[in-house]
Amino acid sequence: MRSDRGHSAPLGLKIAATVGLLFLHLPILLIFVYAFTTEEKSFVWPPPGLTTQWFAVTWNRPDVWEALSLSVRVAAISTVIALVLGTLCAAAVSRTKFFGRETISLLVILPIALPGIITGIALRSAFSLADIPFSFWTIVLGHATFCVVVVYNNAVARFRRTSGSMIEASMDLGADGFQTFRHVVLPNIATALLAGGMLAFALSFDEVIVTTFTAGQQQTVPIWMLEELIRPRQRPVTNVVAMVVVLVTLLPILVAYYLTRDGDQIAGSGK
Amino acid sequence: MTLTATQAKVAPAVLPRSGGLRGALSDLFWRRPQLLLLLMLLPPVLWLGIVYIGSLFALLLQSFFSIDEFSGLINREFTLKTYGDLLQAANLDIILRTVTMAALVTLASAIIAFPIAYYAARYARGRWKALFYLGVMLPLWSSYLVKIYAWKLILAKEGILTWLLAKLHILWLLDGWLSLPIVGGNSLSVSATGTFIVFVYVWLPFMILPVQAALERVPGNLVEASSDLGASPGQTFRNVLFPLALPGIVAGSIFTFSLTLGDYIIPQIIGTSRLFIGQAVYSQQGTAGNIPLAAAFTVVPIVIMGFYLWGAKRMGAFDAL
Repeated sequence: MRSDRGHSAPLGLKIAATVGLLFLHLPILLIFVYAFTTEEKSFVWPPPGLTTQWFAVTWNRPDVWEALSLSVRVAAISTVIALVLGTLCAAAVSRTKFFGRETISLLVILPIALPGIITGIALRSAFSLADIPFSFWTIVLGHATFCVVVVYNNAVARFRRTSGSMIEASMDLGADGFQTFRHVVLPNIATALLAGGMLAFALSFDEVIVTTFTAGQQQTVPIWMLEELIRPRQRPVTNVVAMVVVLVTLLPILVAYYLTRDGDQIAGSGK
Repeated sequence: MTLTATQAKVAPAVLPRSGGLRGALSDLFWRRPQLLLLLMLLPPVLWLGIVYIGSLFALLLQSFFSIDEFSGLINREFTLKTYGDLLQAANLDIILRTVTMAALVTLASAIIAFPIAYYAARYARGRWKALFYLGVMLPLWSSYLVKIYAWKLILAKEGILTWLLAKLHILWLLDGWLSLPIVGGNSLSVSATGTFIVFVYVWLPFMILPVQAALERVPGNLVEASSDLGASPGQTFRNVLFPLALPGIVAGSIFTFSLTLGDYIIPQIIGTSRLFIGQAVYSQQGTAGNIPLAAAFTVVPIVIMGFYLWGAKRMGAFDAL
């Protein structure tokens, strides 16, 4: 039995840890209060009054809806591409040892290890050298590239846990490669893929730095918010959108957490 | 009669080959696993190789071009002139400012992260452990821009922080700090201090996770042995915990350092008009249209991070990732 189980932490440590966690969470909670404020022009605290009228105003704003629809479409397609590429890569790296295996993992991690601005400007300069005009697909190209890594991380962790003997058993029992994949491999990695897909979606939905370089004139939700932060038009609408964004990203993270919590090294650790 | 009936029900030990294209493919992959491996690797490697590495080379290539100062057109001939421009005093100033900020942010994140990571690794159990984990994951994954926006609300002159300090009757402390040169400013949301706070806030979870992972691996009895042998808590921390947590801290610092080096949105929204590397890159490629100089600027964080990663690898930080 561990002797520290009965002991509780020193008071100083408890206070430091609590203050640290509060520091992480209170600012986000503040967004929820500001979404209801009646004040239009400034960030005054405490709010002079509370109202729900800004939700209706936001609902009727076409630019918000356009940004939201673009963000969802980009995130969905990027997630699908990342799922395919990430799973293939994870399967190859975890099943076999081959020359250059380390290089492949580095290649996958690089797009998030280097600062986003480098990925962004690199893509933009490549588009300009190759005369590719900005479009929906240039955004997807960038997003899918850095989403591969989250799917890859999740899938690799799961592949490591599933034993290879199951695949051999399936083959011994007469299933061909495709049947083995369909009935043995896929059910084993399904939740990890779902979790990776959720995180990839959240990552793409939230990404702003690379997008500013690859979007041209189109606005995703983060670009819309950035625009409002630099040149505010209607602050209460920004407050409401900020709150909705927090709620929308919260959901996939929680689902991904519950899907992978038992034993897997959970994906998010390398955003 | 009964014998043949049972025999009919038993499947043969070896199935006949499944026919058609599907069967042929399956057999082929079984006989040549290398082929399957190649087919699996091809799409991701092609994608990342062409889209990402290709773009990085395009960027690097651009940094050896130069801009014609009169026409503003890009001269596509190999030259080191752009790197010469990079070494102007004003640009060196930007690089120095960014690196200093990145170092300070890394240091502060490490100090704030350690108690959280240590508590989560050593004292939190069961339900609390999950809660701590989510407590770090949720801020990590919640929207980057919303986090910055929240701090704009907090640090604004009329915002909650000023209100709180006024209630506590220590507003003079804030005013005193803001009147200082370099770190001060009109209000916190337009000062270097504000930029620093937001950087620390946004990157903190990236530090907590690897430090916690490193501390999880420290056996509890090591700490007990140290105190049994007469070390004070301070000595135990300095001589046992800190050296063992160091690879985790270095791993976390890769993120905090690299992310601060490349960020251009935080200093643009909360901070002074003095530029950081990211902002310089953005304005050079955007308004100034000087893509070669912007490309040369991005080489700076790549080189710094290259050295940083090399040093981190030697310290064994990658095992803690």
